[in-house]
Amino acid sequence: MILRGRAFVFGNDIDTDAIIPARYLNTSDPEELKQYCMVDVDPSFPFRVKRGDIIIAGKNFGCGSSREHAPIAIKASGVCCVIAGSFARIFFRNSFNMGLPVFESAEAASSIKEGDMVEVDTDRGIIREITTGKEFKARPIPPFMQELIADGGLMEHIKKHGSM
Amino acid sequence: MGMTITEKILEAHTDKKDLKPGDIIKVSVDVALANDITAPIAIKEFEKGGFRSVFDPGKIIFVLDHFTPNKDIASAMQCKLVRDFARKYEIKNCFEGGAVGVEHALLPEKGLVLPGDLVIGADSHTCTYGGLGAFATGVGSTDLAAVMITGQTWLKVPETMKFIFGGILQPWVGGKDLILYLIGDIGVDGGLYKALEIGGPAIEALDVSGRLTMANMAIEAGAKAGIIAADSITEAYVKPRAVRPYTLYASDGNAVYTTLREYDCANIEPQVACPHLPENTKGISEVGEIMLDQVVIGSCTNGRIEDLRIAAVVMQGKKVANGLRCIILPATPAIFLEAEHEGLIKIFLESGAIIGPPTCGPCLGGHMGILAEGERALSTTNRNFVGRMGHPKSEVYLAGPAVAAASAITGKISSPTEVIQ
Repeated sequence: MILRGRAFVFGNDIDTDAIIPARYLNTSDPEELKQYCMVDVDPSFPFRVKRGDIIIAGKNFGCGSSREHAPIAIKASGVCCVIAGSFARIFFRNSFNMGLPVFESAEAASSIKEGDMVEVDTDRGIIREITTGKEFKARPIPPFMQELIADGGLMEHIKKHGSM
Repeated sequence: MGMTITEKILEAHTDKKDLKPGDIIKVSVDVALANDITAPIAIKEFEKGGFRSVFDPGKIIFVLDHFTPNKDIASAMQCKLVRDFARKYEIKNCFEGGAVGVEHALLPEKGLVLPGDLVIGADSHTCTYGGLGAFATGVGSTDLAAVMITGQTWLKVPETMKFIFGGILQPWVGGKDLILYLIGDIGVDGGLYKALEIGGPAIEALDVSGRLTMANMAIEAGAKAGIIAADSITEAYVKPRAVRPYTLYASDGNAVYTTLREYDCANIEPQVACPHLPENTKGISEVGEIMLDQVVIGSCTNGRIEDLRIAAVVMQGKKVANGLRCIILPATPAIFLEAEHEGLIKIFLESGAIIGPPTCGPCLGGHMGILAEGERALSTTNRNFVGRMGHPKSEVYLAGPAVAAASAITGKISSPTEVIQ
């Protein structure tokens, strides 16, 4: 699959309180959560983000709480994938379980600028900056996680195999 | 090849042998935990998938502690959803009302998590139980739903970093100061994906409460787990409470670590983490004059009786500074009751502090102590991210109970030595 979108660039250590502040966690409704996505870092983000846009961030994206509301809010706001220097581990797992594609590439994260058009070949793990033509290789997804994706996510995997 | 505690516990919970870091394994889970924020999504995933039974109602625990006592209608609906599910599937350990405590203080106290356990919780501070010598890690709600159905999850065997604390603790230094010092050293992603094994003479002398505080904040270094070898101190705590048998593990002498770091406690004064990351730590003597609007003493990090005793020693006979709100939340009903018996509640009330019910409330900016724009708090909790305790333009400093209590008295970030000789 080819994903293509405009880049919103964030810094290092973007925590889950920044992605979706805890004060909005009295619901898990994606349509409600998306109104508050990233507001404590950039209050205009929910108004500016469009379907297909891409979040670019530095190291340790999604650190902090285990809240699955974070990838839910990002996905519901229309963002098609997140590219970061590195991901916090719970956020990384949650993203797969929620069907939000995430790609790790420190080079891409430091090179892509706000507003750049970015293309991602999800099968090959290739990230391309359209304006400059620069290409980056994302870190490969571990085989077991690829199996989960192929099965359609964790819950579908369990249904199919009857166990973990 | 020698094995670490983490590797031994994981091996005891999987079919695979000779584990090494990087292996992906399927493990059986002893305890599956969720709260009023994370359980509703897990339950919705469970029901959406059309599943009809849980793997073992005795191994699932719900603690409705975050937005309780229910802060609004939406929160009440989330609790109702969890309560109804617990009744339907006969999950007896669903704690709410007068039985609820902050989950990671409550479960050890009740003997529901034990040394050698493999605990999976839909809460990032599940790593707290590493303080008892368990392997415990946080996941999201869908992963937790999968555990509720199958009793299993998948994990990557983590590499282990070893930290040795030598020497004797300085006055007013506790587990919180040691873990803040460690996070200040390695950074908020210094332990990413790894297990942090914490030991050494100072840890061997530390009580269970301090060990739980340290393991609690392993996630603040990005770690998968924090772990402290269970010993006679652990057993003395666990034995009278344990609801089932348990196993004590120790790392082999020739176990393999990616990192070995040694700290001398002689050099560690009470620590403060400045906004907006737990890694921004300073010794109390280097903080400077920082005026405060609020002090919070409580949470899964520092809401245990030992923490309240320290705060009471500092606050006894003194008044909370004019214009400052000091909020004290005993982490469980048993802790609250014990604090009452010991006269600590009286000391706090006479000093002008506010006593609240056991709840996570203010720690995550949920309720019961939210900061306004431009306000500044010092808290014994675990995170000081932007907007963590309220307005995005508020600030949170993190410290242990001694510094928190002293700061409540002076109205600015203070060493306990400033208010007590």
